[in-house]
Amino acid sequence: MILTFIETREKKIKKASLELLSEARRTADGLKTETAAVLAGTGMEGLAPELASCGASQVYLLENASLDRYSTQDYAAVVADLVKKLNPEAVFFSATAMGKDLAPRLAARLGVGLASDCTILALKDGQLEYTRPIFAGKALLTFRLTSSPQIVSLRPNIFPVTPVAAAGEVIREAAQVPAAAARAEVTEVLQESGGEIDVSEADIVVSGGRGMKGPENFALLREIAGLLPRAAVGASRSAVDSGWIGHQHQVGQTGKTISPNLYLAFGISGAIQHIAGMSSSKVIVAVNKDADAPIFKVADFGVVGDLFQVIPALKEEIKKLGD
Amino acid sequence: MDILVFVKRVPDTESKIRIDPATNSVVEEGLNFILSPYDEYALEEALRIKAAKGGKVVAVTAGREESLVILRKCLAMGADEAVLIKDPLPETYDGLRTARTIARFVQSKFPGAKLLLFGKQSVGADNSQVPSMVAELVGIGQANVVVKIEVEEDMATAYREIEGAQEKVSLTLPAVVSAQKGLNEPRYETLKGIMMAKKKEIPVVSIEELGLKPEEVAPRLAILKMDLPPVRKAGRVVTGEAAETARQIVEYLHAEAKVI
Repeated sequence: MILTFIETREKKIKKASLELLSEARRTADGLKTETAAVLAGTGMEGLAPELASCGASQVYLLENASLDRYSTQDYAAVVADLVKKLNPEAVFFSATAMGKDLAPRLAARLGVGLASDCTILALKDGQLEYTRPIFAGKALLTFRLTSSPQIVSLRPNIFPVTPVAAAGEVIREAAQVPAAAARAEVTEVLQESGGEIDVSEADIVVSGGRGMKGPENFALLREIAGLLPRAAVGASRSAVDSGWIGHQHQVGQTGKTISPNLYLAFGISGAIQHIAGMSSSKVIVAVNKDADAPIFKVADFGVVGDLFQVIPALKEEIKKLGD
Repeated sequence: MDILVFVKRVPDTESKIRIDPATNSVVEEGLNFILSPYDEYALEEALRIKAAKGGKVVAVTAGREESLVILRKCLAMGADEAVLIKDPLPETYDGLRTARTIARFVQSKFPGAKLLLFGKQSVGADNSQVPSMVAELVGIGQANVVVKIEVEEDMATAYREIEGAQEKVSLTLPAVVSAQKGLNEPRYETLKGIMMAKKKEIPVVSIEELGLKPEEVAPRLAILKMDLPPVRKAGRVVTGEAAETARQIVEYLHAEAKVI
């Protein structure tokens, strides 16, 4: 069995979890085994049909009201108990904020290795091989885990969601939350204003660099992002370090490494640490007034020109497309 | 309040990475090494907490002798002490191995430490494994990817970054906290600090001394290959009137690349 940890937000399954389940199903088919999903918290049974349609043969519900809010320690404990009971070949997480927080805690609890933030999974001679970017994508590492079960996290926005019908049998588990002296508890979730989509989850990233000239001009990028589906605003390190936009928008080696369908780079020269963070985007478009900017070496389509003239014209063209 | 800050020596983010295919490792020759940027935020925060609450700040790394340079930097920034846990193996990319070493170090050398601070990941291995693993092995709470922290005597409140939001986490101390960019603006070393750091003795602890058995620190990862990513080909580059180039971009994205 491959057990997949499913994340929800406001009782909806996150897209990264469906990607995870789809890839787990493909891997499980190769291993001639089943895929199961696990959800923590109460009132989750309604999500089982959707998980079944992405290949979950079983849907385990860890039902306990104290799991309604995320806690690393409690989640690690109840998932570890389920792993010990089911003895799966592998446990898959998404390399999201929650997955990156939880998977290592579980791996340490089980005393096994962890393959984090993988972008390629392969089966060779019945064994799983993992490939993950290191140095923010400047290099790729391929390896096996020599411990069992295999604990794995997969990078969001890489693996396709593939519908496959499976039974989706709902199995309720009484989850025992242990008492711990030294604890960490989430007491509140503070939403960012506007409920903007995160650059790591966006299909399209509209990004700006030093060429944006100041914080006020990032409004132009927000306007373009507003015209496109599932789009977010990104930024280069120099824009962030100049205080023009928050660091959570930063793309690159000390920011986020992302793989959107489309990366639009405005006024970004393309420093090596920035290219590392976005070069696995499916399509890259760059607008820069310097014809020698390194960004053009990785762009599928480049425009040498003044972004302050191109952006308004681009908005009009995108609007025409919608009409 | 005793604070431990765990740091790592990594190649500068401006570096171009080369790979030795014979050993499946990064060619170190010609690389400039630095204190991992996220670790700098962790150290800065430790120094600020110490300034407010008293106690001492100890910078710790696990690695080879080359790592002494970054420990000197930590001392020059203001850490009171530094310790090198000597690890003969080059980078294993195995977080559990490092976490077991650190957890044992904490339990045997600094059992009273109130805060264990880390960078949210090392720039390089990019694993984001060690802080959570250490928290589990030591049996304490954690808050990762933290952009703000308020410390009381036996409690702390950390704000951790998640997708499009922040989680406010209430921690009982001791606890593990890993730092994200935005937590603070790290200070520069002073000349006086650099001079003092040169004179300080840095104790070296071996893995054997910590009582770790070979099987406990055997890597759980078997490296098969290290590659450079596929090279992206430069595409078309156009120039001209803004209205025309904008039309060409949208035509390319819609009709050819089919992404909008």
